[in-house]
Amino acid sequence: MLDDAPAITNGQEKSNVKLDHVVIRFAGDSGDGMQLTGSQFSDTSAMLGNDIATFPNYPAEIRAPEGSVYGVSGFQVHIGEVEISTPGDDVDVLVAMNPAALITNFDSVSPGKTIIVNSDEFTAKNLAKAGYTSNPLEDGSLASYHLVKAPITKLSRETVKDMGLDNSSMNRTRNMFALGMVFWMFSRPLDYTIKYLEKKFGKKPEIFQSNVKVLKAGYNFAETLELLPSAFTVMPAKMTKGTYRIIMGNTATAWGFLAAAEKSGKQLFLGSYPITPASDILHELSEHLHFGVRTFQAEDEISGICSALGAAFTGSLALTTTSGPGLALKSEAIGLAVMTELPVVVVDVQRGGPSTGLPTKTEQADLLQAMYGRNGESPVIILAPSTPANCFDYAYEASRLALEHMTPVILLSDGYIANGSAPWLIRSMKDMPPINPAPAPTGGEEWLPYLRDEDSLARRWAIPGMPGFEHRIGGLEKEDGTGNISYDPLNHEHMVKLRAEKVKRVENYIPELEIDGAQSGDLLVIGWGGTFGSLHTAIKYMHEEGHSIGLAHFHYLNPMPKNTAEVLSRFKKIVVCELNLGQFATLLKSKFPEFNYLQYNKVQGLPFTVMELNNHFRQLMGLS
Amino acid sequence: MTEVPTYTFKDFASDQEVRWCPGCGDYVILRGVQKALPMMGKRKEDFVFVSGIGCSSRFPYYLDTYGFHSIHGRAPAVATGVKLANPHLSVWVITGDGDGLAIGGNHMIHAIRRNINLNIVLFNNKIYGLTKGQFSPTSDLGHKTKSSPYGNIQAPFNFGELTIGAAGQFYARIPDNNPNEMADIMVAAEKHKGASVIEILQNCVIFNDGAFDGYTDKTVRDDAMISLKHGEKMIFGKEKNKGIRFNGRQLEAVTIGENGITENDILVHDAHDPNPSMHFMLTQLQHPLPIGIIRSVEVDTFDDRVEDQVQGAQQRSKFKSVDDLLFSGETYQV
Ligand code: SF4
Repeated sequence: MLDDAPAITNGQEKSNVKLDHVVIRFAGDSGDGMQLTGSQFSDTSAMLGNDIATFPNYPAEIRAPEGSVYGVSGFQVHIGEVEISTPGDDVDVLVAMNPAALITNFDSVSPGKTIIVNSDEFTAKNLAKAGYTSNPLEDGSLASYHLVKAPITKLSRETVKDMGLDNSSMNRTRNMFALGMVFWMFSRPLDYTIKYLEKKFGKKPEIFQSNVKVLKAGYNFAETLELLPSAFTVMPAKMTKGTYRIIMGNTATAWGFLAAAEKSGKQLFLGSYPITPASDILHELSEHLHFGVRTFQAEDEISGICSALGAAFTGSLALTTTSGPGLALKSEAIGLAVMTELPVVVVDVQRGGPSTGLPTKTEQADLLQAMYGRNGESPVIILAPSTPANCFDYAYEASRLALEHMTPVILLSDGYIANGSAPWLIRSMKDMPPINPAPAPTGGEEWLPYLRDEDSLARRWAIPGMPGFEHRIGGLEKEDGTGNISYDPLNHEHMVKLRAEKVKRVENYIPELEIDGAQSGDLLVIGWGGTFGSLHTAIKYMHEEGHSIGLAHFHYLNPMPKNTAEVLSRFKKIVVCELNLGQFATLLKSKFPEFNYLQYNKVQGLPFTVMELNNHFRQLMGLS
Repeated sequence: MTEVPTYTFKDFASDQEVRWCPGCGDYVILRGVQKALPMMGKRKEDFVFVSGIGCSSRFPYYLDTYGFHSIHGRAPAVATGVKLANPHLSVWVITGDGDGLAIGGNHMIHAIRRNINLNIVLFNNKIYGLTKGQFSPTSDLGHKTKSSPYGNIQAPFNFGELTIGAAGQFYARIPDNNPNEMADIMVAAEKHKGASVIEILQNCVIFNDGAFDGYTDKTVRDDAMISLKHGEKMIFGKEKNKGIRFNGRQLEAVTIGENGITENDILVHDAHDPNPSMHFMLTQLQHPLPIGIIRSVEVDTFDDRVEDQVQGAQQRSKFKSVDDLLFSGETYQV
């Protein structure tokens, strides 16, 4: 994408080049600290006012054998003076800490771009492990790249040789050397990282000192190095004024629930079983017991949701968090929540499937499981956040809908936005919309457990401890109103329809669908969930070029916004873009069969690139 | 706190028609529970009965308390959520040998080892009733059932062993024919802080009638069972002349006055002994079958620890509202 990036050639004189955005990827062994390196760079850039997006890409193995290709861990940072919605397609600067990191990331770097390697690690043994038959640093295969060979291992060790560190601690400072180099290249100050290191290693002064020394050594090395011809400047982005922080999707999700609990006056309960990539929500909420949160790490996924149902029965804002395989295990209990009409939020941070699939990669293939993956007619509300930052809003919204409508809500996040981070214009509690949980019955009126609100059809919420409202609920079909067990055929049909109608009526309580770009015309791009950044960037460029293209990005998947059909009718062509084989397209087809749907699908465990989207949209519009 | 009203068992009977088979042991258990609840000194609205699936799990519908008839095997998990959400409640799990030890075995052992303050009542009839007569995880070897026409070849669980193996601190066993003694045990279970397990030997008249007759029949029961009381000698028998002694390797039933055995040889039951070895041996004893409270030891409970952590965090934290968190740490102005 970065057509305006400087064409760097070897050995040029130093200059300062202004860029409007740049993509940097740090890659190394999973033990090399690349996630930390990348997030230090992105956080520092955000503090300087850049817009940012990040994308960690790490292996499922915690510590794969050193130097192996499947042990490579990467962290991509996209910073800009312009609006940044994705971590970027093409890498402008690749930092490769070993041959395996180079070979696995090489395809993302176009000729003319910069590759910084730790040349010390390009030993015969490591080259063989990575699958190189000859050394790419010497065989000329990188001639069209700006290659920076830095003996990072040697220089880092040299820097700390008198600090009394053991061998592996010395090697662990190498990432700071690389970070120092990149900081210099982009004229970033070191103080944010030094502060961070102090906090992290404050109790171990020798580790703290040596990391700082190596960071500075890397910075100075880059400054004096003839091989690095340019320092780049990326100016602050024009962003809405206000107080920001960098937030990861999973953290934002956790905080959205904290906010909803405070606003609704409910105690927050999370029953959860660890699973990648959802566990960070459990970790984060477990930090915040001081808000009265109860987190319960259960013996399995089923206990996670069943304990949440127990807490919901007892009046809590109850959650469970999981990923696809865990959602499968929770199916029966979600059905129980539908039947008992209890509010519970199920967070599914989607990953590649089926079965164990690709635990650390992203995908959107749980939509139909969320929609239909239960026995019986079992409707639930389904929402999907679309950016790391708006995970906060949709976690909040999922809580609001569950509590106000007395029904389970599935929140479909995904590994991409859950682990990605972005600047967040912090929402203050006073700006959050009110939450009015289904009311408890009051003594003065006639009360039955399944007495309903006329408009929303939500039942009243009597909770244990309230005298006079003792009642029983359960998974057997029940008579409307009393909740008594009933096997009456007509009652069953009535209840099935009523539960469906209750979820359908949620459409009266959610915002309408908005279009990004052209409001009507040639091509409507449809997306949902975590693909927003790529889709938005792709259509933005084309719309700015004057093409009649718009994006309808869905956050409410069931029920859909009331104006959906009207929006679809405004365009000549519709293309539904998803990281699956067409699950949302299937829903749209069954709901609005009057339209024709084209599909654009990708199932590689990776997000869409803006480039591939643009190419496809151009084709559909007859532009190429 | 306002005073707890005086209840009778009628206050705990719901308006629902009881639908167990006539003669089912569950009726006696229902009576035992309805008798016990008014004796617990708790308000009616503070009881929650949670069940899974099976004949036993219909139980909550017949009690006029808060009740949750959940899904197969999951009652301990649901009950855990109820208790953690409001530790003030008296939370009961009603389950059976299939529900609690087959499909729900995982939740059962974890609820026990965490020592969460739940009262778990397991109706053991050694058979699947609601699905009409398959062998269960407590069915005897050789038992011919619909799904084991040639005889059951799956070795059974002994729930007492399992409870103590899972670090259980309260285990009682009681047949289904004595609502008064059952009520006393339930009151003790409610008073006990921690996971209290009560195994009820329950007769299923339809699919496994007489499964416990070898112990409970009037003609044999005094010699076939021993009722244990904390602090009392383990003496049993119609003539009160039999007892349990430890012979250095294991427990054995002996007759006082025979082979030089005197009352001094007979063990005194110590239900409060933290060391579970003796309790474990008692759960294994088959002749006579020990009934009553075999183990009752108070140690810290999971729910108390949860509350302690929450309260400690609340006292220490500088975050008083969510806004404090949202604007904390590394923020910056644009
Ligand atoms: S089948 Fe057996 S356990 Fe079930 S109600 Fe009938 S007698 Fe009782």
